Amino acid sequence: MSNIGSYDERIKNFDWSIAEKELDYQPGNDINIGWYCSDRICELGKGNKPALIWEGSQGQGKRYTYNELRLTSNGVGQFLRDIGIQPEDRVCLFMDKIPELYIGFLGVLKIGAIVQPLFSAFGDESLIVRLDNAQTTAVITQRKHAPKVRKILDKMPFLKHIIIVDADPAKPLGEREIAFDMDNAPKPEKFHIHPTKAESPSVLHYTSGTTGQPKGVKHVHYSLISQYLTAKWVLDLQDSDIYWCTADPGWVTGTSYGIIGAFSNGVTQCVLDAGFSADNWYKFIEKHKITMWYSAPTAIRSLMKAGDEVIKKYDLSTLRHLASVGEPLNSEAVIWSEKVFGKPFLDTYWQTETGSIMITNFPGMKIKPGSMGKPFPGITATVIDADKFEPFDGPGKVGLIAIKPGWPSMMRTYWRNEETYQKKFRNGWYLPGDRSSIDKEGYFWFVGRDDDVINTGGHLVSPFEVESALLEHPAVAESAVVSKPDFVNMEVVKAFVTLKPGFEPSKDLDLEIMNFVRKKLSPLAMPQEIEFIDSLPKTRSGKIMRRILHAKEWGEEIGDTSTLEND
Amino acid sequence: MEDMKEIVRTYVVNEYVEDDTEVTFDTPLISGGIVDSFSMVSLKRFLENKYKISIPDDKATPEAFDSVNKICMLVKEFTKE
Repeated sequence: MSNIGSYDERIKNFDWSIAEKELDYQPGNDINIGWYCSDRICELGKGNKPALIWEGSQGQGKRYTYNELRLTSNGVGQFLRDIGIQPEDRVCLFMDKIPELYIGFLGVLKIGAIVQPLFSAFGDESLIVRLDNAQTTAVITQRKHAPKVRKILDKMPFLKHIIIVDADPAKPLGEREIAFDMDNAPKPEKFHIHPTKAESPSVLHYTSGTTGQPKGVKHVHYSLISQYLTAKWVLDLQDSDIYWCTADPGWVTGTSYGIIGAFSNGVTQCVLDAGFSADNWYKFIEKHKITMWYSAPTAIRSLMKAGDEVIKKYDLSTLRHLASVGEPLNSEAVIWSEKVFGKPFLDTYWQTETGSIMITNFPGMKIKPGSMGKPFPGITATVIDADKFEPFDGPGKVGLIAIKPGWPSMMRTYWRNEETYQKKFRNGWYLPGDRSSIDKEGYFWFVGRDDDVINTGGHLVSPFEVESALLEHPAVAESAVVSKPDFVNMEVVKAFVTLKPGFEPSKDLDLEIMNFVRKKLSPLAMPQEIEFIDSLPKTRSGKIMRRILHAKEWGEEIGDTSTLEND
Repeated sequence: MEDMKEIVRTYVVNEYVEDDTEVTFDTPLISGGIVDSFSMVSLKRFLENKYKISIPDDKATPEAFDSVNKICMLVKEFTKE
């Protein structure tokens, strides 16, 4: 029996107080995610239960019980307090998927500071933009990533501490650096958890838009209510589950469901900190007897590409429930998973700003491969006309996805950017920026983004950011960045580039520019293809018409070109 | 072959390693998290430019790129033709 039981019954009787009661939370009380994810589980008598089973790329492993999670995160909190970190200071986690990332997350929250997770593959340009916007007080990182922080240190007078979790005792530390060995630090049994309230800020995730700099999405401790219940009802987390969320906590899935949803439900979760390989992934499932697997379409399509033969080498019979997030899950992938695993991957739709699953396929519900499913109980979602911002009066029409604000994990603002936050609302609806239709039975069907943001492998990349980075290369005169279709990643970044006088297109220059962007921003933002052209299509007022380039890449109609400069 | 291995190893170290991680000819690159799947595209491009070959996408798998030794075996397949 699944946790949600009957979806239709849940819809009729739903109230968020269901989660509040299960968590023994009463409005007005203290609510601290760090406490709920560790101390509370121990108080429920599960202190000796494995909380985190971690495996590194060299096969090394570590295990933490809930009691160890509690004590070690207390130690993190104590250390941060001792060096002067205050409530609501921003503390960035800039690490691979190592245990220190998961435990550090809880430790930061326990002292009322705000966690700012950043993807460890970010280059220095991506890093400085986000740290500067947040005015981050401390970065917790690894030796291998510290050079990127050092490189931009001069630009960050606000950054007081660079905390290295695996410092080499034989080597001197750099400016503002401090060593902190989480496992061997003092672990206070009694620790004063900061009395955060429902609206106290908790997590600051950065996301990209079409224009402007990345936006800091501010979440609060009350988000726990949504994250706990969606993890329980959609991911169907049960006490006996061995759960594997493949997402990196540098992104929202990795925190909402790789940390908060998992630990607040008291399940055992496994983490594999290694690059992708079909063999390694299946081996990991077999070895740890994974029962619930939450992954991404990109990974699923990579597994499809690796073929069915490799699956036969492993015993994957423990898998009982599969779900997917990050980008639309194509029907072929759903059908394939039913064939090879005996159960479908259930698509879940949400985004950084929503903090938790909004529209989804539920355990026990009729699955229509390729559909996003239906709104989570308590979520009022529809599709609205893009001009009038009113819901359509019948099914089948394509419009903007719109959600009534007010669920617990809704972002509270964009950090230092309230104006852009307000623009996300129209006519009383929150607009995630995606287009879809709804069929007669109430299932949502994803159509595409409503802007130029590129969704590559489930991660949003801003064309503006990539274009800005390209312009810093000495050979580039102008650039336009669009998505192009890709079997594995759904979309990848493609750049059109015009060169400055004295530079000629060549394969070496192409590679040089690719690597330039990769190091500055991140591998995700690196153009997978660069096309050198003589001039970019522009309007008569000089604005680059990305739309035309996008249409060419996707084989779509180019549409109205009446404003084209050279037409 | 030894020359090629050293060229590829040096390129990987210079382009993808930010700290003092040692990379041998057998170090797992993809499964070891040194080169991610997105960056693999630039590594493939480097090999194609350097050795004037074209590696089909279906041959450029994470497994085939997982160490300097494996990469050089793959490159050899195409330089022979």
